[in-house]
Order: sequence, then structure tokens, then C-alpha cells
Amino acid sequence: MSDDSQIKWGKDVDQALRTAKQQQRPVLVDFTAAPS
Amino acid sequence: MYPSPNVARLIEAEFIPVRFHIKDNPGMWHRFDVRWTPTILILDWDDGSEARRVEGFLPADEFVGQLELGLGDVAIEHKDWAKAQRYFAHVAEANPETDAAAEGEYWAGVAKYSASHDASALKETARRFTQRHQGTSWAKRASVWKG
Repeated sequence: MSDDSQIKWGKDVDQALRTAKQQQRPVLVDFTAAPS
Repeated sequence: MYPSPNVARLIEAEFIPVRFHIKDNPGMWHRFDVRWTPTILILDWDDGSEARRVEGFLPADEFVGQLELGLGDVAIEHKDWAKAQRYFAHVAEANPETDAAAEGEYWAGVAKYSASHDASALKETARRFTQRHQGTSWAKRASVWKG
């Protein structure tokens, strides 16, 4: 069973970058063609 | 999709995760010059610059290694040599049979040297490559440090 559902994926990279700067954590961007 | 719980835990703990599907966000593919899937980008938290790009599928142990190498890359960017060395050394030790481990060995040596400017750190890295990861591109890169 996939544990991918544990990850809270965002959809706005610019918002993610703002959050990243606040939390000093890097952004991970996943580009996929897998069925959702 | 990430079937390994280790991957999910690492992503949630260390990153701000964003996902784009090829059908839904073509602009994002162009913005980041993505040419294949899956592609993972690790972006620096300070300026959004690309710290690491992982193209194509990897099994879980290699993928975790790449994520941790990316964390080390970000630490190097911020000249946090101690943190970088910890990440890289962990990659080298946790799954020593992986391609990521060889790269971790190399960059752990670079981080140690960058902190101390003591060339013996590079020489020691070259020596370690004579005992493991022989024949890898990272061993070849480190060979110049044998002295």
C-alpha cells in the first residue's frame, strides 16, 4: 500500500517558497505523469 | 507515488513538498525546464535556486539517498559545513551499496575540507575510495587527492 498519502502535497510553488523561507526548509517539487 | 514509508517520512520532515501533474500544470514544466518524468527538484529555501535535480525512477534506497544528498547540497550552499557533512556522511554509511553512497562519500570529504581547509580531509577521502566505491565516477574525481 502506498504511503504517498502521508505527504501533504502543495500545488503552489511560489507559496511553498515563501513557506520554505520562513521555515528554512527546502522545497521539493515532484513532476509526475502518474495517474492520480 | 512513493510506496516506501521512509520516503514519505523524510519528505514530510525535511521539505515543503509540491507536486505537479503533466496534464494540469504545463506552465510549471516550462518554468523549471522539465523534460522527463518523474523529475524531482530540490529548491533552496532562501532564494529558490535549484540545489538538485533527480530525473527518472529510482528504487527507494537510492531515492532516499538523493533526497539526503539534496539536503547536503542546500547546507553547502549556506556554508553550513557541519550540517552538510552530517547529511553526506549519512548517505555514505546508511546504504553503502548505492550510487548515492559514493557521491555522499565525496561530498562529505569536500564539506570537511571546506570547514577546516585541511587538505588531509581530501586525502583521507581519496584513501576511503580505494577501499569502497572503486570504479565509480566519484572515486575517479577523488583520485586527484591521493597526492
